[in-house]
Amino acid sequence: MESSEEHRHIVGYGQLAVVLALLLALTGVTVAVSYIDLGFLNVPAALTIATLKAALVLLFFMHLRYEGPIIRYGFITTVMFLAIMIGFTFWDVAFR
Amino acid sequence: MMASTSDTTGIRIGMWIFLYSEIILFGGLFVLYAVYLYEYSELFAQGGKELNRIIGSLNTVVLLASSCTVAASITAIQRGKKGQAMACLAVSIFCGLVFVVNKYFEWGAKIHHDIYPNSATLQDGEPGLNIFFGLYYVITGLHGLHVIIGMVLLTTSLVLVHRGRITASRYAVLENSGLYWHLVDLIWIFVFPLFYLVL
Amino acid sequence: MTTAQSYLEHSSPPGRRGWKAWLLTHDHKRLGLMYLWAILFWFVLAVLLGLLMRTELMGAGRTIMGAETYSSMFTLHGVIMIFFFGIPAIPAIFGNFFLPIQLGADDVFFPRLNLLSWYLFMFGGGFAIFSLFFGDGFPDTGWTFYVPFSISSAGNVSLTVTAAFILGMSSMLTGLNFVTTFHRLRHKGMGLMKIPLFTWSLYATAWVQILATPVIAITFVLVVLERLLAIGLFEPDRGGDPLLYQHLFWMYSHPAVYIIILPAMGVISEIIPVFSRKAIFGYKGIVYSSLAIAIAGSLVWAHHMYTSGMSDVSVFVFSLLTFLVAVPSAVKVFSWVSTMYRGSIAMSPPFFLSLCFIYLFTVGGLTGLVLGAAGTDIHVHDTHFVVAHFHFVMLGGTGFAFFAALHYWWPKMFGVLYRNRPAYVGAVAAAVGFVFHFVPMLILGMQGMPRRYYDYLPQYETGNFLAGFGAYLLVFGLLLMLLNLVLSLRGRRTAPANPWGGTTLEWTVPSPPPVENFTATPEIKDFPYDFSEIVANSKK
Ligand code: HEM
Repeated sequence: MESSEEHRHIVGYGQLAVVLALLLALTGVTVAVSYIDLGFLNVPAALTIATLKAALVLLFFMHLRYEGPIIRYGFITTVMFLAIMIGFTFWDVAFR
Repeated sequence: MMASTSDTTGIRIGMWIFLYSEIILFGGLFVLYAVYLYEYSELFAQGGKELNRIIGSLNTVVLLASSCTVAASITAIQRGKKGQAMACLAVSIFCGLVFVVNKYFEWGAKIHHDIYPNSATLQDGEPGLNIFFGLYYVITGLHGLHVIIGMVLLTTSLVLVHRGRITASRYAVLENSGLYWHLVDLIWIFVFPLFYLVL
Repeated sequence: MTTAQSYLEHSSPPGRRGWKAWLLTHDHKRLGLMYLWAILFWFVLAVLLGLLMRTELMGAGRTIMGAETYSSMFTLHGVIMIFFFGIPAIPAIFGNFFLPIQLGADDVFFPRLNLLSWYLFMFGGGFAIFSLFFGDGFPDTGWTFYVPFSISSAGNVSLTVTAAFILGMSSMLTGLNFVTTFHRLRHKGMGLMKIPLFTWSLYATAWVQILATPVIAITFVLVVLERLLAIGLFEPDRGGDPLLYQHLFWMYSHPAVYIIILPAMGVISEIIPVFSRKAIFGYKGIVYSSLAIAIAGSLVWAHHMYTSGMSDVSVFVFSLLTFLVAVPSAVKVFSWVSTMYRGSIAMSPPFFLSLCFIYLFTVGGLTGLVLGAAGTDIHVHDTHFVVAHFHFVMLGGTGFAFFAALHYWWPKMFGVLYRNRPAYVGAVAAAVGFVFHFVPMLILGMQGMPRRYYDYLPQYETGNFLAGFGAYLLVFGLLLMLLNLVLSLRGRRTAPANPWGGTTLEWTVPSPPPVENFTATPEIKDFPYDFSEIVANSKK
């Protein structure tokens, strides 16, 4: 296991500002895209952008990049469980 | 927090586990959203048009900014800059306040137009719209509750920084409050396109 | 070791006296005991309710209660047995007490959070009691609270689901504590494959508690909101889909049955090797099967809904997945049996109860396959076959494992030995009563007797009479065992540190354990179930 005597990574102000800028830019993109009708791609497009934004927040603001395996795998497990919750419900809903 | 140990990694693991459970809590609502979006995609688009995109976008910007300042406050405290940390936290709390006030006006306007759970308009209108606004109220309501709790946590951290109880060598409370606040932001990142931008 | 101070006499944090030493304690062992008494209260209450229902069913027609009372009774019985007994029993009592010790730690990672979990548990219980006497009476929906009935029912549904919500938080926080403790406080010398199997099973369970519980939390919130605001999310004429409630409900409640059974399997994996004086067969197999059950158990929720009108594709997929869960469960049963093979068996009450567990649980698992196959399920769905099936798993399985754990760890927890003879008599009575109770129910179910009715057609009378007789014997046995244990507290016979010849860490400390668990650094074995020393000592 990791030792508790760790030195913690410090994310500098500059880096945080860049991330924020990216996040705001992506917000702009998602609003802009929503005015274009992409047909069935509308929702996937919006969700892809949202996922990118979420990834930025997780990796940098929440320091997930610098965390140990327990937190990272735990997070992946959670997301997978959520995907199963939604996905497996569609075995029912989509084939009624 | 709840542990008397100095093992900050352990404390963070505990907080993250709590966040996983929060994600699944909202996840249950997103299951409903997914199914109903599939069943009523057109009516959902129609419902989405009735929400105010400007306020929605503004709230997104506000939350993203506040998340950034919370992260910055941790950087500040790690570097031992007490004043900067407090300033960052104050900005975050202020952003939270803006968000809540915006939400208040947004809900108020909707309720004014007779759109709220079990209102006559929704009851007699299309079932899909009723579901859309039902989910809208439940999800944004639960999210709003989390914003308020997050603000309380951030305020507590601010006070503790001020009193010198949170320092460069000991900042688990600040870090965990920050994590909670980021979660609130994360949820909103999905709520925003799903409700305000659905076509 | 002589200076060790028993946790029963010394409080943690030190210096607390009287009631404060208990109600404000941070000691995981004291909290384990506090859970023990609270949970035993609920268990006995629900057992008596079960007995009342069984009495009602002994003769056709109204015997001692009418339809409404019966409906509230099975709801109350189900709610208590699931949320107040099944889910918390083994993790909250024995997990709290022994997980830190088995890991070589002095407490759980978040001791104060642990205390909070206990308060949430008691608070939820208070809510449930309150809802009995307040308003329009206890709900009559069954423990499943299916919509639309739970939304329109006059009973006190909101309060009861709030109670369940609070209990869910308590259970989730316990899981959080266990996972963190497992990773951060484990003794440095204890690698992953040196951890006792009980602790492993709790770890797998804890993840299920963390990830599945929020689903029921939000579902119950929605039920309350529907009752208060009438949003219509589950109402067909308002655009809602009632089946989604069932999906959400079982997304939690199916994993919850693994929360109920996994720790029980962990208990059995501890007891079998000790009384066979032989290393557990397939240690890794059991570890991986615990994790596999936790994962696979989260994928099969809709097998409760075959007859609900969901899509055929869904029925097919979930039926297929359900059969997969049987594999890891069977791995464990084979491991236990192989452990006993050519072991030198020492009979004792906990071992006897574990044998009952293996037998009854296996029947429960096999009847589960009948229900897991969509075709046969349609025939027996919502009959007493289902009721018998889950009692085989939850009472024959978890219930007997709970009693096995009580008898196994009681000397360690209280430092006293109980009398063996009443324990055996109780265990035999319970096992025989169990068979008389639930085998007729399997048959009644196949003949078509539906569940949740206080009355039935005359042809079912013989079976129900037998079942009622069995229930009395069963309850007699359970209460006798409890009484025997409680009477042992008079402390006539003090227990040695290792009365059974166990090899895990809790048997290296005095009985009852000292406040700080270990007075010297514990010595970690290369393999937790290495009996060579114990066998060598007994030969001397
Ligand atoms: C001495 C022990 C017990 C007796 C005599 C007993 C008896 C009964 C009876 C008569 C019913 C109602 C059947 C019907 O009409 O539908 C029932 C239902 C039920 N029992 Fe038990 N039971 C016992 C132990 C347990 C245990 C240990 C558990 C779980 C850990 C449990 C969980 C349940 C559940 C979940 C239901 C279904 C309630 C519902 O339909 O909503 N029971 N039991």
